[in-house]
Amino acid sequence: MNAVTVFVPCDSAALAVGADEVAAALTVECQRRGLTIQLVRNGSRGLFWLETLVEVATPLGRVAYGPVNPDDIAGLLDAGFLQGGEHALRHGITEQIPFLALQERLTFRRMGVTDPLSLADYEAHDGWQGLKRAVGMGSTDLLHEVTHSGLRGRGGAAFPAGIKWKTVAGIQAAQKHVVCNADEGDSGTYSDRMTMEGDPFMLIEGMAIAAMTVGATEGTIYIRSEYPHAVATMTRAIALATEAGFLGDNVLGSGHAFHLHVRKAAGSYVCGEETAMLESLEGKRGIVRAKPPLPAIEGLFGKPTVINNVITFASVPVILARGAQFYRDYGMGRSHGTLPFQLAGNVKQGGLVEKAFGLTLRELLYGFGGGTRSGRPIKAVQVGGPLGAYVPESQWDVPLDYEAYAAIGAVLGHGGIVVHDDTADMANLARYAMEFCAIESCGKCTPCRIGSTRGVEVIDRITGGGDKAQQVILLRDLCETMVGGSLCAMGSMTPLPVLSALDHYPADFGLTIDDRQAA
Amino acid sequence: MPLLHAVQETCGYVPPDAVELIAKGFNLSRAEVHGVITYYHFFRNTPPGRTVVQVCRAESCKACGADDLMAAVEQRLGIKAHETRADGAVTLEPVYCLGLCAQSPAMQVNERVFARVTPARLPTLLAGVEVLA
Repeated sequence: MNAVTVFVPCDSAALAVGADEVAAALTVECQRRGLTIQLVRNGSRGLFWLETLVEVATPLGRVAYGPVNPDDIAGLLDAGFLQGGEHALRHGITEQIPFLALQERLTFRRMGVTDPLSLADYEAHDGWQGLKRAVGMGSTDLLHEVTHSGLRGRGGAAFPAGIKWKTVAGIQAAQKHVVCNADEGDSGTYSDRMTMEGDPFMLIEGMAIAAMTVGATEGTIYIRSEYPHAVATMTRAIALATEAGFLGDNVLGSGHAFHLHVRKAAGSYVCGEETAMLESLEGKRGIVRAKPPLPAIEGLFGKPTVINNVITFASVPVILARGAQFYRDYGMGRSHGTLPFQLAGNVKQGGLVEKAFGLTLRELLYGFGGGTRSGRPIKAVQVGGPLGAYVPESQWDVPLDYEAYAAIGAVLGHGGIVVHDDTADMANLARYAMEFCAIESCGKCTPCRIGSTRGVEVIDRITGGGDKAQQVILLRDLCETMVGGSLCAMGSMTPLPVLSALDHYPADFGLTIDDRQAA
Repeated sequence: MPLLHAVQETCGYVPPDAVELIAKGFNLSRAEVHGVITYYHFFRNTPPGRTVVQVCRAESCKACGADDLMAAVEQRLGIKAHETRADGAVTLEPVYCLGLCAQSPAMQVNERVFARVTPARLPTLLAGVEVLA
């Protein structure tokens, strides 16, 4: 009899709840019982409330068990879980779990299925198809394909990727760069981390296609220092891909050279802003640059540079492999394709949901998320990271689409969704947004550097009593200055969570109807 | 920056003596190197405790009780955030997002991350930290 294949994830979200201990217990217990298994450390499926999610390969498909703790192993083996046996932790065939079955996984279709560092696994699951097709195409055709797919920057700014690439491709230069922004600092987001830890070759493939399109030979991935596992996996994956000829002096025999490197960041949130990141990559303090010049024209070390987020690059292989039209047909309006939404915070079923644009927050919160983990009513949902607006229940039926969100004064950002239950104090969270800005501001623009500290003080005065109406006017005025007088999103978007909290939850600031009218 | 990472990995921090050497090597002023070290939260210019405990303070973890968790950790270690205990055993730092937001709250003890942490689990997680004499 062949050994049964058992999957125990090595994603850091699984490691954080004891996946290594589960794998060790499983190995020891199987040895003790004289059972042979083949243990695969896969990526995470993104069903984080079930981690550690152990899967067993059966003739019917992979069967899921979770959340598994090391002391569950003996009981699972007693229940015959190596044959897919019944157990309290059994969730049936993994792919039929509604949370997963209802998704539209294009970019994340391999996530949790494969061993992240197995080239054979990657290839067997449609890997390198996009790059292989790209090798036979010219730059013009590639640009057309990416532009036609409607892919927009997934880091938050949603700028059309094709247009950015075209700018870089159109410039004559001896040296061009492709830089991947993997400084995923937003609270409530982890899709970049999952990609780098769970399917690193996909990012490499996407960047290689970008390099081929614009004629760049050097690539860099700027990864947060808070993600040591991602740094390690990415570094290893680059070495493997280079050895196999997918990177290096002659990518897949095409004559194109593309060398890729990992650079570790150092814990500055603002370095997720592209020009601050360039400064950081050049070894300087991560201070935001004024634009123009655009990085596409004068980027890293003054050379034309394509900068995109991890998910943007990671979406490119499937676009090339399946065709631009295939990708374009997902989504709504001008938001084409899919976005990996990340359910986080106080949510019962937290995890990654890749869906086409156009579904609603309510579907995500209740359909996928199952409400709050605490069992209390949801009060507020912050969409798009720490600089995103708090969205109240009255807006949960607005479709998740870049333009529809802009119309209600909110943003989709990087797709992070943080749920707060009714114990949340919105005035405190608004104060925190200002405090965070004060800590993380790079200091270039005065409204952001000084305004954030003044913002904390004004909110304290509002909640502390006194002339509330006057202070609210002051806070709004301050926010207006920050929006208009800051170079980057740090200063210009901090007012979003602050004002949305103030507008939708005035009672938390101790404001009476009279105060609001006066303000 | 790769050099600063290497120095910190070896020494645990970037010693002030190293600044001049680094500056010379890169043909920079000491002020420029000092500026870079102090700009980034990750780099330290004083030695950390033997154990470094980081508690996530970002929104997702706040929605799941990170403030109470931080208070419990502070009480248990006998120090406040950003402090190193006088006996050099432990440093406590806030951190903004460990990327484990679906399983908040999260914390990190040296290189190990832990998710879905509750104050009740702290004795186990912090078992390696010497108790205050």
